[in-house]
Amino acid sequence: MSASIIVNGEIKSIEPGITVWGFLQTLQLDPRKVAVERNLEIVPKSLFKNVNLVDGDKLEIVHFIGGG
Amino acid sequence: MSALDSNVNQSDDTWTLAGKTYRSRLIVGTGKYKDFEETAASVEASGAEIVTVAVRRVNVSDPNQPMLVDYLDPKKITYLPNTAGCFDASSAVRTLRLAREAGGWDLVKLEVLGDQKTLYPNMLETFDAAETLIKEGFKVMVYCSDDPIAAKKLEDMGCVAIMPLGAPIGSGLGIQNPVQIRLMIEQAGVPLLVDAGVGTASDASVAMELGCDGVLMNTAIADAKDPVRMARAMKLAVESGRLAYQAGRMPKKKYADPSSPLSGLI
Repeated sequence: MSASIIVNGEIKSIEPGITVWGFLQTLQLDPRKVAVERNLEIVPKSLFKNVNLVDGDKLEIVHFIGGG
Repeated sequence: MSALDSNVNQSDDTWTLAGKTYRSRLIVGTGKYKDFEETAASVEASGAEIVTVAVRRVNVSDPNQPMLVDYLDPKKITYLPNTAGCFDASSAVRTLRLAREAGGWDLVKLEVLGDQKTLYPNMLETFDAAETLIKEGFKVMVYCSDDPIAAKKLEDMGCVAIMPLGAPIGSGLGIQNPVQIRLMIEQAGVPLLVDAGVGTASDASVAMELGCDGVLMNTAIADAKDPVRMARAMKLAVESGRLAYQAGRMPKKKYADPSSPLSGLI
């Protein structure tokens, strides 16, 4: 059984109950270089391993890019 | 070192922003470069100690794309996250909360834009966002209109730097509003930087000669034919303008005044 969440506007299937940390690993993203917002609330980096994702969650994963 | 040498030594000339002291008075943006190598080389040539960066979605389909932090080390250079592209207070605040979490620092550049054509600041939304951010402990450098009254209000609210435009963002028109900028400098109790409008080196010197604490630019360097060379030109122009401001220019005169003495003429 799987669940789906919306990540940066794209639908992604996840293993139910996976943590934010675990999900970033599956995306091959370095948790130190990104920030995560879940359902419009910031997930502090210190809680990446404690917060579990559930069906229907909306995530924004951002990082720094070149800008003026 | 002689007294004269030490008087003109730029390394003695520092400025303080939100409690931290900087030598370089040039802040550069990191957008519009052709690749990260060129970005890094230009930042290096500019001598900037602070760079502005944008906050955007990670490309989750291709997470192995190179990242800015791999080219510009945030431990060596101060990252100043901005809200470029935000047209209302709530998206600006949301962006900077994410930026603080991504990087772990409180110093931010707030810019809330009014419309796409002018990229002029929307001051009502800017006040609104500044109030929330300051309450949440952010140190806010604020992009604003060249209005001394608005600037005073932003400073009273607790903004750590006031950053009026010299001309529209990305226009390269040079400093169009020296009268307003000078009025703002005279009253400012926090650093005042010209943010936007510089097109070439002499424009940066003009801003510094007015007495600004610094200049922030991106397009003037990134859109030059040779960005690395222009970055160095801007470094020198900012230093040069600063020195001229400190030196105090000669008064302007209506007529000629010979440089050679008239006495002893044959």
